[in-house]
Amino acid sequence: MKAILIVANKEFHDGLRNRWVMSISLIFALLATGLAYFGAAASGQAGFTNLSTTLVSLASLAVFVIPLIALMLSYDGVVGEDESGTLLLLMTYPLSRWQLILGKMMGHWMIIALSTIIGFGLSAIIMGLFSEDTSWGELVKPYAFFIAFAILLGWIFIAIATMISASVVEKSKAAGLALIVWFMFVFMFDLFLLGLLVGTEGNVNAELFPYLLLLNPTDIFRLIIIDFFAQQELTGLMAVAQHAQFATSSLILSMLAWFIAPVLLAILLFNRRKL
Amino acid sequence: MNIVELQQAGKNYQGVEALKSIDLNLQQGEVLGLFGHNGAGKTTTIKLILGLIKPTVGQVRVFGDDPTGDNAHNLRKQLGFLQENVSFYQQMTGREVLSYFAKLKGCDNKQVSHLLEEVGLDHASMRRVKTYSKGMRQRLGLAQALLGKPKLLLLDEPTVGLDPIATQDFYQGIARLKAQGSTIILCSHVLAGVEKYIDRALILGQGQLLAEGSLTTLTEKADLPVTFYLQGSNLQLPADLDAHTFPINGGIKLQVSQQQKMAVLKQLVALPTLENIDIQMPRLEDIYRYYTNDMERSQ
Repeated sequence: MKAILIVANKEFHDGLRNRWVMSISLIFALLATGLAYFGAAASGQAGFTNLSTTLVSLASLAVFVIPLIALMLSYDGVVGEDESGTLLLLMTYPLSRWQLILGKMMGHWMIIALSTIIGFGLSAIIMGLFSEDTSWGELVKPYAFFIAFAILLGWIFIAIATMISASVVEKSKAAGLALIVWFMFVFMFDLFLLGLLVGTEGNVNAELFPYLLLLNPTDIFRLIIIDFFAQQELTGLMAVAQHAQFATSSLILSMLAWFIAPVLLAILLFNRRKL
Repeated sequence: MNIVELQQAGKNYQGVEALKSIDLNLQQGEVLGLFGHNGAGKTTTIKLILGLIKPTVGQVRVFGDDPTGDNAHNLRKQLGFLQENVSFYQQMTGREVLSYFAKLKGCDNKQVSHLLEEVGLDHASMRRVKTYSKGMRQRLGLAQALLGKPKLLLLDEPTVGLDPIATQDFYQGIARLKAQGSTIILCSHVLAGVEKYIDRALILGQGQLLAEGSLTTLTEKADLPVTFYLQGSNLQLPADLDAHTFPINGGIKLQVSQQQKMAVLKQLVALPTLENIDIQMPRLEDIYRYYTNDMERSQ
């Protein structure tokens, strides 16, 4: 356990030193505050709008940004150390492979967690201070819920990026794969599902089809957030899920499964990696 | 007990024999030079000893134990390793890098300052590794290898990038460690200067053991000649020696076998017009070249 914490601590401090924490926090804060303030601009007004609308829109934006940041943070975690020669060296230390890779992921998880808390937390504070019709009490729970699942989403993609990093030999290949993964989950998957709907003229198994959404952690994240603000009207692909009526607990469990699986796979792939 | 023991140990990578079954026993306090071209099997041998890979055939024992086995963690606390071309963490300072490795090895943080001083990096310890020269990085790597006072040190090309004075300092450090009882494996294809500090040499070529033994034994086995460089006006050598001479710039080069060395030397000193004499014994480089050429010839 001690070895894992030593590695995690080093990775976390790298994140502070490289200004990762600061940049991610800033991006999240700007995104969230901007959306809260200008979210209603389309209807001709500026100013802080309804909290649930803000957070649901923020969820749609977050599924683009959070996976990208997580993938960028971790894609070179293993392959980068291999290229600089330190991986071989570390493996001659009293440190197991699983300890090293878990430590690395933990360090990156800490970076994402801290930046998400600072970034979105900051926007919550700004909203609490300047918004006239949202009280502090109303803010805390939704924001805490949102932040918790935004962190989990980031952790999932850190594990996926680490998995990629553990399985390739070149940094450039890891970067390419990470980009493909992002593109697949964030754009292609939803397009594919929509295409399926359009192509079959809606003639899909209405019972089964929504379950396809569970194959994409970003969609699960959006469903969880939408589910939390139940009064929201569902649009786009998310409307599909209405037929299924996923229980919140099963959504959360699917997301946890999406977290655990890549973590285990990353450890497995790293154990097989040749030095 | 042998510190390192290889019994018919060999390694195949996808059908390619990186190392053909070799035997090696290393006693405590010995310094072994491991020589060979690139791809000769040096790195494979080192990885086997470090327990990074398992032998395909044969057996590897380090401190009497399997380096890939359950006890590997304990073995590794007593191992020090420096590999070729390690660039460390660019964003961290030298001290931070060394502290990180010290923590992982379970060493006292006091060692960090002490080692930085020992390798002459104390003045640069607060600077980022990014700003270090190649030699400084090498010295940081060496400090890293010395963490925890390892009983077995494996150093792969340790003097690459070091200037001649730093190289000398480094070898003197090796001698000190040996005196303290450390067992050391020096892996290199840069040979100059290392002779004095190694007890035994092991020469590898294309995954095979070409020669193994002390430098004296290897020189004798190879029967390499002693070279005399003679200077003087109108040098007239005895007829039996004259056959082995070559004219060189400003003098004569004479090569004779080692057994004849003293007898020939007496003859040469007796020459009336001899002004200067230089004697060159076969160097490690010559021995190395002899055994590697020998392998190529036999193919």
